[in-house]
Amino acid sequence: MTAPQAHNTKMMNRFELTKRLTAKLTHEEAVIGGIGNSNFDLWMSGQRAQNFYMLGSMGLAIPIALGVALAQPQRRVVALEGDGSLLMQLGCLATVAERAPQNLTIVIWDNGIYQITGAQPTATAATADLVAIARGAGIAKSAWAADEEDFDRLFAMALSDDGPSLIAARIDGEPGVGTTDRDPVQIRARFMQSLGVTR
Amino acid sequence: MSGNGRRTRFSKAMNDAASRTAAWHEIVLATLKSNDVRLVVYVPDRVFTPLIEALHADAFFTTFAATREEEALGIVTGAWMGGMRGAVLMQTSGFATIPNALASLVVPCQIPALLFVSERGTLGEFNLGQAVVCRTMRPVLDALGVAYHTVTRRDELAFIVDRSIKQAMATQAAVTFILSPLLTGGKAFTA
Repeated sequence: MTAPQAHNTKMMNRFELTKRLTAKLTHEEAVIGGIGNSNFDLWMSGQRAQNFYMLGSMGLAIPIALGVALAQPQRRVVALEGDGSLLMQLGCLATVAERAPQNLTIVIWDNGIYQITGAQPTATAATADLVAIARGAGIAKSAWAADEEDFDRLFAMALSDDGPSLIAARIDGEPGVGTTDRDPVQIRARFMQSLGVTR
Repeated sequence: MSGNGRRTRFSKAMNDAASRTAAWHEIVLATLKSNDVRLVVYVPDRVFTPLIEALHADAFFTTFAATREEEALGIVTGAWMGGMRGAVLMQTSGFATIPNALASLVVPCQIPALLFVSERGTLGEFNLGQAVVCRTMRPVLDALGVAYHTVTRRDELAFIVDRSIKQAMATQAAVTFILSPLLTGGKAFTA
């Protein structure tokens, strides 16, 4: 699947970028992984208790991350989401912009396909530009990563500056390199404990 | 659903005498507060307007609109995992948009989400679409195994909401409060 013309960026690889991203997490940042490949590569990049692996509810990684960010304003929170998932729940960008949590960063893996269901093209393959949509929703700090070094730079800025921010990366059509365990209660309990939450 | 007439002190924020004269939305607000439910995310509803306005006016609460009900459920799920209790306000047709979020997130992850539904589609509904969607709500909740209470009486409201919030938190299970037009007055029209 080829790229949209809307942005002149290098085509990268989700697993490689996910590893670069998690290598920068040194302050017990919370990471919410979206359904499917976003999760799978997060899992395979090294399991952290502060990762929440969303197993269903396509499109809700960003809303879940917003909730964590509101509950724990001192902790940085990162949402990892695919283009197909974000297209399903575009309104959440407007909500994030309106709430403007300083501690929230959104990372979008845009391969222009619904990879996991048979690589059908998404609207970003032809026409939709998710960074333009995010800016239009009111998330001013929204940018395409031009290449891996630019992704590193943008993500480091996102972790140190006031958010909310959004980074989109154009990625290839490779599937995730593994799969998560699928025990939602265990994932949720471990995540909460790691965030210092006791019921 | 009743307290068997043996109502104990069910709310620090609102005693029996106060709850006898309070409006339904005042009782809901006080009961949320006494249970430390600080986050209320809603998709607007005419009948819920006085509650929404009162929540906005009270600095105790973080309250705002989401663009979709399932988005609101996601926000409340994340907040609870981060240590903040939350509720979602919606109307009946909004409930019809969330079964997947309940089935694939809230129920399997055992999230004690508090759902308040303003009941449309019954007791004088004028919109056929609302009437049809209303009939899907309780069967869906039954199929999901999500507890629900239809609240029709103001004198039972605080007891039901207070006890059910405590049960939701203790058992890590969502609960739905269906607020009947008998309680709220509903959305009136002239035939």
